[in-house]
Amino acid sequence: METVTRSTPPPVLERSEVFLIGSLRVEGLEASYGGRQILKGITMDIPAGAVTAVIGPSGCGKSTFVRCLNRLHEVVPGARVSGRVLLEGQDIYAPGVDPVVVRRRIGMVFQRPNPFPTMTIYQNVAAGLRVNGWDRRRTAEAVERSLRMAALWDEVKDRLHQPATGLSGGQQQRLCIARALAVEPDVLLMDEPTSALDPVSTLKIEELLIELRQRFTLVVVTHNMQQAARVADRTAFLLDGELVEFGPTAELFTMPRDRRTEDYITGRFG
Amino acid sequence: MEAGDRLRTVRGGVRQTAGGRTAYLGDQFFLWLTRFLALAILALLSLIFYEVIVASKPSLQRFGFGFLTSTEWDPVAERFGALPFIFGTVASSLIALILAVPLSLAVATFLVELAPWWLRGPAGVAVELLAAIPSVVYGLWGIFVLVPFLRSTVEPPLIRSLGFLPLFRGPAIGVGLLAAGVILAIMITPIITAVIREVLLTVPRHQREAMLALGATRWETIRLVVLPYGRAGILGGVILGLGRALGETMAVTMVIGNRPEIALSLFAPAYSMASVIANEFTEATSAIHLSALVEIALILFLVTILINILARLLIWRVSRAVPGAVRE
Ligand SMILES: Nc1ncnc2c1ncn2[C@@H]1O[C@H](COP(=O)(O)OP(=O)(O)OP(=O)(O)O)[C@@H](O)[C@H]1O
Ligand SMILES: [Mg+2]
Repeated sequence: METVTRSTPPPVLERSEVFLIGSLRVEGLEASYGGRQILKGITMDIPAGAVTAVIGPSGCGKSTFVRCLNRLHEVVPGARVSGRVLLEGQDIYAPGVDPVVVRRRIGMVFQRPNPFPTMTIYQNVAAGLRVNGWDRRRTAEAVERSLRMAALWDEVKDRLHQPATGLSGGQQQRLCIARALAVEPDVLLMDEPTSALDPVSTLKIEELLIELRQRFTLVVVTHNMQQAARVADRTAFLLDGELVEFGPTAELFTMPRDRRTEDYITGRFG
Repeated sequence: MEAGDRLRTVRGGVRQTAGGRTAYLGDQFFLWLTRFLALAILALLSLIFYEVIVASKPSLQRFGFGFLTSTEWDPVAERFGALPFIFGTVASSLIALILAVPLSLAVATFLVELAPWWLRGPAGVAVELLAAIPSVVYGLWGIFVLVPFLRSTVEPPLIRSLGFLPLFRGPAIGVGLLAAGVILAIMITPIITAVIREVLLTVPRHQREAMLALGATRWETIRLVVLPYGRAGILGGVILGLGRALGETMAVTMVIGNRPEIALSLFAPAYSMASVIANEFTEATSAIHLSALVEIALILFLVTILINILARLLIWRVSRAVPGAVRE
């Protein structure tokens, strides 16, 4: 794992300590929609270079939580955030921090596939590169690399210049994963990335996650506890906007410390 | 024919499964009612078309195709040509579009994407109210405010600096093609803005978020995702505005200068098809004059239909090039 001493420091201010690239710390994070509080003070360390799973019943705030990590929550009208999210020790909510810069470093894959319908497959993957000013050759390379990583290349290599809407739902989701990978973020947030996929593509994506954690900090929301057990180094259990338990995945699933966690993973509610 | 057959089959199926006889009768009634209304519209249109052709027959026979290419309009000598009016209508509408489309895009984008939350609703309603102002009010405003302003403030510097171009030549008299174009632009901007606003509101939030999450700025998101997503609808709004500009009578008549000439200058007076009909119809004494005016109405009708067909084709092409863009 590379540390933060690199020649061109990423644009989030200067730093005093040494942090691993892509390490996140969440402190007292609260979020609301139109006055209704959804997240009620979450504090946790998300380690760099590992997969962190977020599990919990539907509506508990998992999506809201990851959307706070790249400052996307605030684009919803009436949505509020308070607390701190530290990327490599720097608060991304500090005054003067540009959310655009934050989002360039913290990418996201959404719960439902959302390719751009007016763009071709190629243009979809290249969309983020275009706004980051990549030249044509580097873009072409990055598009192929990302599509390969997202296990989609073989299926689309002959129709890169056709509309992305011609893809199946699962292919569209992998396209969105490729699109997020292409800009080479340091952190990748994935909100139930495999909920639209068949078992084979799911397996490919899970393999991808395991492979990617060498290079990215991954936060994966999932409904599927087997999936969390398979891919995640650490797992967080969210309930009603509170972080009930957070620890190494094996521990959380085999000997949960909290009663509610135990109830949830044994299927007594949720 | 084919669609009708399919409908009948479906109805048969419903009758077999659902026992509700009254519901079936209601369906029947509704089907016939809608069919009747749809046909009535077509019949009405054909009737208007027929009447116009019949009434313009003397002129059609006397002037033939020359009517379209002649620039002469002399009721005393009974020589009539429609070209200056066609030119005036098309040119003033084009000027209007050139001015109104960027403005409407900017206003609608601001209202949907950038304005503070509390402003969006009220400002949107205000735009729609602007679209409801009667055109004679715009015309009066044009005479008392716009024309003097063009004459004293806008045209002289343009003539001084760009007067070597035919487009900006001539005396600054205020009334003329530019005044008509500007008034039309002001009139169609609210309509186009309202349509574009509706279109932008239908762009799903997840589309914007997907782009923002890639590290795009708001402007990049608007330019690369939001506007392309709505482009078929935006085009539709522009066509709607163009349709209104082509047919607008009152406000144009009040500021265009009403002189049947074709000048290259924006500042020269001109005349539009709708205006000449409105101005001369009640005063036309000779049968051929009347017939010529009706033929101008026929041309206006055809030009409007032609533009609508072209617009349909354009929208169809745009939305077909991007499957899903309109359907979603
Ligand atoms: N745009 C929104 N406006 C208002 N309330 C919202 C909005 N999005 C989510 N919520 C509310 O916030 C709460 C948490 O939603 P969130 O999407 O974070 O849940 P989740 O844990 O991701 O659920 P799921 O597993 O079903 O995706 C829910 O009660 C939901 O109703
Ligand atoms: Mg969710």
